[in-house]
Amino acid sequence: MAARPSALRHRGFLAGLALVAVLASAALLAPLLAPHDPWQVAAGVGATLEGPSRAHPLGTDILGRDIFSRVLWAGRVSLSVGIGVEMLAALIGCVVGVLAGYYGGALDAVLMRSTDVVMAFPSLVLAIGLIAVFERPGLDKVVVVLVALGWTTIARVVRGAVLTLKARDFVQAARALGVGDTTIMVRHLVPNAMAPILVTATIGVGSNIVAEAGLSFLGLGAQSPTISWGAMLADGQTFLATAPWVAVFPGLALLLAVLGVNLLGDGVRDLLDPRFRE
Amino acid sequence: MLADLGRPVVGRLVALAPVLFGITLLVFVLNAIALGDPARAAMGQRVDPDALERLRHEYALDRPLPVQYALWIGRLIRGDLGMSFREQRPVVEVLAERAAATIRLALAATVVSIVLGMAIGGIAAARSGGAVDHALMAVAVLGISTPVFWLGMMLSLVFAVTLDWLPVSGYGDGDFPHLVLPALTLGALHTGTVARMTRSSLLEVVRQDYISAARAKGLSETSVLGKHALRNALIPVVTVIGIGLADLLVGAPLTETVFAWPGLGRLLVAAVGQRDLPVVMGAVLVFALIYVLGNLLVDVAYLVIDPRLRDGRAS
Repeated sequence: MAARPSALRHRGFLAGLALVAVLASAALLAPLLAPHDPWQVAAGVGATLEGPSRAHPLGTDILGRDIFSRVLWAGRVSLSVGIGVEMLAALIGCVVGVLAGYYGGALDAVLMRSTDVVMAFPSLVLAIGLIAVFERPGLDKVVVVLVALGWTTIARVVRGAVLTLKARDFVQAARALGVGDTTIMVRHLVPNAMAPILVTATIGVGSNIVAEAGLSFLGLGAQSPTISWGAMLADGQTFLATAPWVAVFPGLALLLAVLGVNLLGDGVRDLLDPRFRE
Repeated sequence: MLADLGRPVVGRLVALAPVLFGITLLVFVLNAIALGDPARAAMGQRVDPDALERLRHEYALDRPLPVQYALWIGRLIRGDLGMSFREQRPVVEVLAERAAATIRLALAATVVSIVLGMAIGGIAAARSGGAVDHALMAVAVLGISTPVFWLGMMLSLVFAVTLDWLPVSGYGDGDFPHLVLPALTLGALHTGTVARMTRSSLLEVVRQDYISAARAKGLSETSVLGKHALRNALIPVVTVIGIGLADLLVGAPLTETVFAWPGLGRLLVAAVGQRDLPVVMGAVLVFALIYVLGNLLVDVAYLVIDPRLRDGRAS
């Protein structure tokens, strides 16, 4: 994507980019930045549920583990799930959307009715229902479930784009020259649908982060020893009255991550979609 | 004026059929995968082979899957969602007990988001471009980005734990104070969306020629804004209320868990933990039906507000 000059003046986009960059670097550099081992259980009795101090800037949890270090490490889980799920979902969505849009007919009808059905459920509720199918919950199941639900939006967006693109002259010309269907789809249709794909995928990353945190908060996602903001918040709720810092800081990190991705998403949309440009 | 509503409404009902088929099929398949053999699951650990065979026959589990699906739909229509493993009574009974609390919370949250959202959006539009506008829109984006369950905990921390103005959690005896924090929490996500949409919609509408024309005709300002601007500004707002339904249903399990609210969402989460699969699938199905029917109502509301949609061209 060639950066348009206006990108440097879009305040929301820049703020989002900065937030995401800071959080992503913090997560990547967690092993270097974290002052303590995030799994290190404190020895002394007084070390548990300790308020913020010089040694533990964000306090400690019920097992005396350093919350600042845990927030950093949890960022790796949240961001990689958010981005990883979206990449897989976008891949599936692209394939489904291109096939449905390009071939039309019965294939289109079946594929689009499938997206209708998945979208007819409130997303988190269906995610909970799917998690229930597995014997025991875990982060790997969260990834499977979020991919299974996430591809639908992109599929629709891509299908819509392909429907307009395939009537355009350059696609007709490629066909007339005898270029194969696969080549047309991969070389001509998908690259030209990149703008809406990018917008949808960016917003999708935000929803994935929230969904993972929500499921982990409900005890249906990341299980100990995996550290996730959502799972930390579940602990936080237990000690809300006595040790509020256990809940405050992981939530703040989650909020900043989602805010950053949302601002970025709004910005990308404004910059790529001329209809939204003021 | 509403006489020509009949056909488009029927059209939307017909369009709903494949979606309903898909929803029930998906839940049926999930059920089948999750339970493995429902008869064995229902009988628990001690299995008497003869009794198992009788139960399998009774529930038609020895018949082909399409037949099983048809029979399952038949039971569904009669309101039979099976028995809860844990409570040993009909799932429908268990769900019905919890529905009222969820509906009450959802309605309260909707009121919160519409009143707060339209107020914020209206003020922002009136001051558009100014500092107030920027501040309110920043609050709106923040509201959209704040995870519901964390917001619930923070509201609880401030207003219940620290200030002691409101109860921390629970349903009480259905009193108002217990409702305030859960409703604010569940409504907040959507408040931001309503505020943004109200603002942009109002700004768009007051710029239109027909508003200038109405003013030029000498109509009173109340009439201009009430009859012309508001009605047209309502169309996107109705869309947003429709989107809000999704937010409500997604937020319900989280909000209800934070506030120990005895609704369907918390029931669903608890049932997953207890592996009470008939209750899980029943709740998932009920949530989907509420969502689909809610969207149908939003569609019908469109038809009422915007007559142009009735001939089916613009839908």
